[in-house]
This record gives sequence, structure tokens and C-alpha cells, in this order.
Amino acid sequence: MVTLAEYGEYETAWCPGCGNHSILKAMKQALVALKLEPHQVLFVSGIGQAAKAPHYLNANVFNGLHGRSLPVATGAKICNPELTVIAESGDGCSYGEGGNHFLAAIRRNPNITMVVHNNQVYGLTKGQASPTSETGFVTKNQPKGAFSEPFNPVEIAVAMNAGFVARGFSGRIDHLAGLIQEAIKHKGFSLLDVLQPCVSFNKVNTFGWYDQRCYNLPDDYDSSNRQEALIRAEEWGERIPVGVLYRNQRPVYEENFPFVMNGPAAKTKVDMRKVSGILDLYR
Amino acid sequence: MKQKSRNILVAGEAGQGLVTLSQILTKALVRAGYYLVVTQSYQSRIRGGHNSYALRVSDQEIIAPIETVDLLIALDQKSIDIHMGELAPSGLVVVDENISSKDHDRILRAPFSKLADNKFSNSVALGMVSALLGLKENETNETLRSFFDKHGADATEHNMVSCSAGFDWVMRRGVDFPKLAPPNLQKDRLTLNGNEATALGAIAAGMKFFCFYPMSPATSIATALAEHSAEIEIALEQAEDEISAINMAIGASFSGAPSMVATSGGGFALMTEAVSLSGMTETPVVIVVAQRPGPSTGLPTRTEQADLEFVLHGGHGEFPRAIFAPGNVEQAFHLTRSAFEVANRYNTPVFILTDQFLADSYRSVQCFDLASVNPIDPCANSSAETDPHLTYFLTESGVSPRSFPGMTTNCVRASSSQELVVADSDEHTQDGHLTEDFLIRISMVEKRLRKFQGIKSECVPPDYIGDSEPDLLFICWGSSRGSTIEAAEQLKTEATRVGVLHFSQVWPLVPETFVKKITSAKKTIAVESNATAQFARLIRRETGIEIGASILRYDGLPITPEYIVARI
Ligand SMILES: Cc1ncc(C[n+]2csc(CCOP(=O)(O)OP(=O)(O)O)c2C)c(N)n1
Ligand code: SF4
Repeated sequence: MVTLAEYGEYETAWCPGCGNHSILKAMKQALVALKLEPHQVLFVSGIGQAAKAPHYLNANVFNGLHGRSLPVATGAKICNPELTVIAESGDGCSYGEGGNHFLAAIRRNPNITMVVHNNQVYGLTKGQASPTSETGFVTKNQPKGAFSEPFNPVEIAVAMNAGFVARGFSGRIDHLAGLIQEAIKHKGFSLLDVLQPCVSFNKVNTFGWYDQRCYNLPDDYDSSNRQEALIRAEEWGERIPVGVLYRNQRPVYEENFPFVMNGPAAKTKVDMRKVSGILDLYR
Repeated sequence: MKQKSRNILVAGEAGQGLVTLSQILTKALVRAGYYLVVTQSYQSRIRGGHNSYALRVSDQEIIAPIETVDLLIALDQKSIDIHMGELAPSGLVVVDENISSKDHDRILRAPFSKLADNKFSNSVALGMVSALLGLKENETNETLRSFFDKHGADATEHNMVSCSAGFDWVMRRGVDFPKLAPPNLQKDRLTLNGNEATALGAIAAGMKFFCFYPMSPATSIATALAEHSAEIEIALEQAEDEISAINMAIGASFSGAPSMVATSGGGFALMTEAVSLSGMTETPVVIVVAQRPGPSTGLPTRTEQADLEFVLHGGHGEFPRAIFAPGNVEQAFHLTRSAFEVANRYNTPVFILTDQFLADSYRSVQCFDLASVNPIDPCANSSAETDPHLTYFLTESGVSPRSFPGMTTNCVRASSSQELVVADSDEHTQDGHLTEDFLIRISMVEKRLRKFQGIKSECVPPDYIGDSEPDLLFICWGSSRGSTIEAAEQLKTEATRVGVLHFSQVWPLVPETFVKKITSAKKTIAVESNATAQFARLIRRETGIEIGASILRYDGLPITPEYIVARI
């Protein structure tokens, strides 16, 4: 039996009141509910405040470079499909520096889960605009307000036919824990974008701002309907839907390498007779 | 001097079947038992342009390309215009009689279109060359058959008939061209180019994951691997960019798979951040950098050795690395295996620095002895030294035993939450968690650098070829090996003793293994394919020794013995 205790309690470097604390809590709850033991799970993160999250629980961790969590996670998953692989990072890391990898991962569809702490701002570097900041978002580095249109990750993901697309809110821990479970259970690439207040640098999209607007997708919402999913994914402003926006079963990337399903690559040995046969082809 | 070899140049536009013709001829010559050095020269375009494929062949050992052409197979007029000046006095040009070429007593105009359909004119040419060189018709035809087998019986038949037509035409004409001396090599040798040898070396090393983003001249490593990856059970992926390629390889390696990436200078520029990640997280990865001329996109299809300093310094911060620089096809195979061994023994990035010339150069090689090859076993390095596992356990050697996520230190499936693996690109504690503690920082920097002593202790020393106590000593590295050795042979006289010091590992440098050789020579010359003598500078930096002179080439073409001899 896995218990919350196994995932531990650690001192964090996050500000009091930051949404990251709740996401961490929901993550641990979800892992316990899925009966996943710490050694079965690999967290891969980038760099940022959110990217520190895997350090604050007890599991396998690869905390790599800014923007690069998805390639590392994909490589790790291919070479040991027995692992539950979760890429976890911030919106700047995942959609800015890592934007190309985000698009490629949706196309590739490895069986990994991407959890993005989306606070619409760069936390660790002290409050610059992020790809999800709204146009006009004023910061010390963008005194005239951000010029660009915000990136809508869930809409892009649905438009690209991602296997699983969901949005959560860190203020609703139990609901979020449920979404994390669904995302992990989905076979293929799953995106869970989590709205997360940054109390230090985002004075616009606060806890109250999100809490007033976020509504749960109705029970009769059909997540297999792509047109409907696109409409909900675009909805932003007075009302923001949270829940599983879209589901779609696609072939899983690792299965292109049937042999990797036999177990971790670390344990498979190259067959020297086959190597010798290959050399013969060059005679 | 008696002619030691025959240099055949097949030249024409891209898309004229010149590669097919040359590859079959290459294979036929190796199968017949000849030594061979092939140089490919092509433009960065798919059709048109001017391309050539030089096959230097001999019954004696040859290890370098040369510039003088003995037999030019010109598939268009441009090839004659460009290469006529390289023709030896006794040389011969074979050209289609329809190509309006001026009459010249060294030009043989052949009725290609009368002998076969245009589609098969490269097979006609193959037959002609075979006859001119004195190859056996049935042997060439056999090679041709094995090449076209996969294209169906019809294609095979047409090509073989065309080849015979070319062969017979030359025999009937009785063309005066000196035949090759009978071969004396054993016949079951391999025909491999540098990139194929690198791919096979990686396979034999036990590589399990390979990732790339296409870039000349590295791409053919991926192509060679793709042919065998399913059989040999290697996961192979074309990434969205080079950044992803190396990060994926690091992820794969972290989960226990010996991994490699291959690229060229511009792609390596994108990889450098993750080279540093490999150094910091102590996750082994093998990185092939197949050099081409720069800066920037440079000359995409030509050759140069100008990225030594880049590869030596690529990546921020301080961490150990090793750089191999194969001098020929055999070394490409064996040093690729060594690269995996060093990377996995010291948990750090290791490089294979090649270049377009070696990457594309076919040679005939003795089949590798696989009995002595021990593929990497990642699990062997994961003995249980600590409980729980400490990713960055401080050891005297600096090397921490590895473990992989989901597995215990002995590669058994993990069963307890004590068996975790934590790695971090931030400075970290022994258990892998980020820290800003200054004392831990110092101990981790020192731990990583201690591994360098081990890497140094197994560094491949330079090999020396030539007279003992030379008056003239050439110093070269990587693919300049063959040309420098052949030039040295030519320069040697009764009065002048000549030698070559060749480095197939260019980092780390271990002065004790070569300093005496350099200081005792009367005259030293660095031979490199770059404009600033980067390796000579590295030697000076590491030893204080100034290499007296240098012969450098940076026009994009490989160094040849003639090029060196002319500059003495
Ligand atoms: C290549 C690179 N560029 C820039 C940085 C500096 N940097 C660290 S975190 C960060 C942004 C983090 O923002 P986000 O991903 O939104 O995470 P948050 O801190 O808000 O959780 C940046 C730009 C870096 N570490 N690496
Ligand atoms: S800066 Fe913002 S994101 Fe970072 S811990 Fe503080 S509140 Fe959270």
C-alpha cells in the first residue's frame, strides 16, 4: 500500500501562498490514488519555480535544462517503458523555451504526462511576461505591457489532435488530483495545463481572479468531440472551463520499437552474432 | 618512380547515376582484392552541379587520396573542362561520343547510346572501366547483380547486359591503358566508409538509443543505423532539432541505454548547452561531430578540421571530456567503441570528431574481430555502494556507481521507495537534490574533475610512423593521417629521415607520451585541414612546445600527399 507519507514532506523554496504548493499536494494525492510507488515514477523537469516541484517529493527525478523536459522524458520513456514518466515545469519553460518540443511531443505521442504550472508569468527570473501572459501585461521588463498575443496551449493541443488535453486550477486540489490521475492513465501524450497564481509577480491573475472564472466542465460534456473541445479550449475571460477538454486515442510512439516493450534497455544485451551478420553485409 | 596506384575519377552532374556506378566499382575492386581510398566531392544540391567520386586503387597498401587522375570517366563536358588539368600524361578520358568534346589523343569517345539505353549508361561505363583496369567481367557482373537484386530481376538483367556491352566494346577496341597488377589481398574484406564504420562501432559497443537531426556530413551515420536498427534492437529517432536530439539521448542514457547523437558544427552549436548538462548530471553520451567547413553554414558538403577548439570547449562550466579523432575507417570503428566505454566508465560526454572526407571515404578493411569486443553493460557499473543509492556519491576516483530509475543498483526491478535515482543540472548534493551550499559545491566540482585523471590514464597515445629519430617530423590528427604518412614516405631520402606523429585521441593530451618525440626532431611541421593550426596551438598550450611550421588546407578539399609535398 502506498501512502502519502512515502512521498514525503520537504521544505520548499516557494513563497507562502503560491499555487505551486497545491499542485504538489494534488500530485502526491494522485500518485497515491493510482497506487504508484515512488520508484515507479520518474519526474523530469526543466528550470523555474515550478520545475523545482519534483525535488519536493520522494521519487525518481531528472531536473534538466530550461525548456528541455519533454525530450529527456521521451528518451527516458523509450528506454524504460515500465516507468510512469511525468514532465513537470512552468509555462515559460514548457511553451516558451520548450515550444518546439511541445509541438513535437504532441505529434510524436509518447506515453508521458506533461503537467504545466501556468502562472502566466516568469517566476524564478522575477516577473517577466511569459508566453501565456495576456497582451498588455505590465512588468518591469515590459513597462508598456506585453506586445504579443498569448499562447493558448490547450487550444493548440486540441487543434493538433493531442491524445489528452485538460486544464486544472491549483485552487481546487481534489479536482486537480483527479485530472492528474486521468492524465497519467491516458495511454499516449497527455497535457495538463494548471492555472496557478503567482502571488509575488502576477497581480492580475490572482487566486480570486481564477476562482471567480473557473467552472467545471458539465458532467454531460463529451470530451471526444473535437469541435466542442475547440470551442471550450478557446473560452477565456469571464469564464474559463476546467476539466478534461479532449480525449483521442492515437498510436503510442514507443510501440514503434516493439523490442523496447520487452523491458528496460539497460538489461538487454546486443547479440554479437547479429552484429557479425551485419558486418557480412558489407563484404 | 613506378606507378603505385591508379586514380579513377568519375565525374558528372548529380543525378546522372555517378554514385551508383562508383559504389559498384568500389565494391567490385574491394571484392577483387585491391586496396582502395575513395574521396567524394559533391555540391550542396540534389540535381545538376558538378560532382565527382575519386577511386584510388592499388595492389599495394595506399592510405591517402591523390590529385593526379589516371582515368577520368566524364559524364558531361564540364567534367572534362574541370578535370583535364589533373590528368596524368599517360591518363585517359572516357566520354560519350555524343558529348561534343574536342578531339584529343587522350580522350576516348565511346558510343554509349548505341551500347545501351540512356538509363543504363552508368552500367556501360562500369563495364568499360572494368575492362580498362583488367577486372574480370564475371566478378564485376556479380557485384552489379548483388547491388541491383533488391530492384528486381528486370533491372538487374538490363544493367548486367549494359555492363557487358561496355566491357566488350573496350575489349574489341583494344584500348591501350595499363592494367592493374593482380591483387594480393584476401578477398573477403569489407567495403566501408567512415560513417558506416562509426555506425557499426556504435552497434558493436552495445548502443541502444540513437537520435539525430539531419545535417551533412553526419546524416549517413543515421542512414546506416536505420538499415539495421530493427534487427539489432536500437531505438532510433529523428528529433525536431539538435537540442532535442541530445536531450533525448541524455534521457535515454539516464534510464540506462548507451546513447549517441551525430551532427556537424552548426548542429553541435545547438547541442552545447546539453553537453554541459551531460557533464553536470554525469549522464554519459557519445557525440559524433562530423566536421565541415564553417563558420556558420559554411561549405555544407566539403571537408575541414576546424571544430577542434569548438568541441574542446563546447559547453559552459568545467567538466571532463574525451575527444577521439579517427584517422581511418578501422579507427572509426574501434574508437567509436572506445568512446562508449569511456563515456560509460566516467559518466561524462565523449566525442568522436570526424569530417566529411573520412565520413564519405570508402576503404577496404579487414573484417573486425568481434571476439575481442565487449559491448557496454550499463548494469555492470551499478554495484551497490550506498544504501539508499546516491547518484553523486563522492568517491576517490570521482566516479559514482550508477543506478537507473525503476531499477536497483544491480539492475533488478526496484521494489522500494528507497531505490530512487535523482539527477540535477543545478549544483546538487550527493543524493541529487539541488543545493546552494558552498562547501558541497566545492566538493562536487572536485569530484567531477577527479574523473579526468582516470580518462587521462586510458588516453590513446599518438602513434608514430616513420624513421627513428627523424630530422623532419609531421604532426597530424584525425583524417589527415593517410596523406601525411604517404607524403612522409615520398619525402624520405638517404639524407633525410622523416616521421609522422598521428593523434587519434586529441583530448586529453598526455605530454609524456609524445613530448620527447617532438623535441628531438630537427624540424616539426603541423599538418591540419584548418587555417589556424588549432592542434598545434593546443599542443603549445598543454606543453609549451612550439611546432615550427604548419601546412594547412582550408579550401574545402581533403589534404593530399601532393599538397603536403608541394609545400615543403
Ligand atoms: C537557457 C536558459 N535561459 C534562461 C534561463 C533563466 N530562467 C530560469 S527560470 C526561467 C523562467 C521560468 O518561468 P516559468 O517556466 O514560467 O516558471 P516559473 O518560475 O514561473 O514557475 C528563466 C527564463 C535558464 N535557466 N536557461
Ligand atoms: S515567485 Fe511566484 S511562482 Fe515563484 S514561488 Fe513565488 S509565488 Fe510561486
